[in-house]
Amino acid sequence: MHFIDPHIHIASRTTDDLQALARAGCLVVGEPAFWMGYDRSGTKSFYDYFRQLTEWEPKRAANYGIQHYAWMGINAKEAENVGFAKDVIALLPEFLDRPNVLGIGEVGLNKNTKNEVLTLLELIELAATRNEQLLFHTPHLADKYQGTRMILDLLRADGRIDRSRICIDHCEEHTIRMVLDEGYWAGITLYPTTKATPERAADMVEVFGPERILVNSSADWGPSDPLAVPQFMAAMRRRGHPESLIRQVVYDNPLTFFNQSAHFNFRRPD
Amino acid sequence: MPNPTALDVFNREFLTIRSRLIDLAAAIDRIDRTEGQVVDDPRMRQIHQAIEVIAGPDGNRAERVQMAFSLSYSDNWRQEYGV
Repeated sequence: MHFIDPHIHIASRTTDDLQALARAGCLVVGEPAFWMGYDRSGTKSFYDYFRQLTEWEPKRAANYGIQHYAWMGINAKEAENVGFAKDVIALLPEFLDRPNVLGIGEVGLNKNTKNEVLTLLELIELAATRNEQLLFHTPHLADKYQGTRMILDLLRADGRIDRSRICIDHCEEHTIRMVLDEGYWAGITLYPTTKATPERAADMVEVFGPERILVNSSADWGPSDPLAVPQFMAAMRRRGHPESLIRQVVYDNPLTFFNQSAHFNFRRPD
Repeated sequence: MPNPTALDVFNREFLTIRSRLIDLAAAIDRIDRTEGQVVDDPRMRQIHQAIEVIAGPDGNRAERVQMAFSLSYSDNWRQEYGV
């Protein structure tokens, strides 16, 4: 079965991973801009990173028959310096116009500070002004519940962006209900020790149904598995779920979500 | 959706549950074998709270265990931040 990984950091992965993804049936990847594991020294580092995500990574993925799309933004960890973040945000419009860019992401909160909120408000403003789709990172571990509620508060108070064009990512058992109840897409990230496992993701699909759920590997430079989406598919099969349901979650849902972006131009294989 | 019985799911999950409980017990034993104490560490209280949730009769255990490890949320945060 074909699948789409709607959130994976290809820039941090090897060509072996791309080959494994292609062999497993991956047709499309979505790569949000994120924290590279260290704070960048200046805006030019971001400029080069955005070029990598819009020029080089699409070519690298295409070598394995995978279509590569990207999201542009400044991550919450580097958003704490509000002045620096403003300079990075000023770079975004040039890249948001590029043909493989789906919208603004991953942006959100990390430690839920006032400065992170101030930067996030700037990013939401940019998205609303340009009618961009949004991909939100929600915080890690103890900060997740508080930060997810804060993000939903900000979006509820604004209301200019259609909720069906927003994904709140890294949902877990204590946050997914509020995200779906308010009409957003809910991303579930499969990680070995933090976030969710394939089995728990299958539980959430069973409890909440498959509508507006996206399952992703978010594979990056840390402990993560680029083949986590196929692991989820295997977990669903072990439980006896029909192929049509599995396909809805790992293929139809990401297509529906990505299709709302003007730049998404998926070419289905013959 | 498939419609398995409780026994079907229990049979499927038993060895995983058993293995993870032994892992948990062994990790806490590992801490006990070392010098010093962590009884008063707030993370140890979170672990005990989570174990109580798992052992209790009420549902939504995964969600409630998550909450045991989560910071609280304040409705007034926007006023506190002035945003």
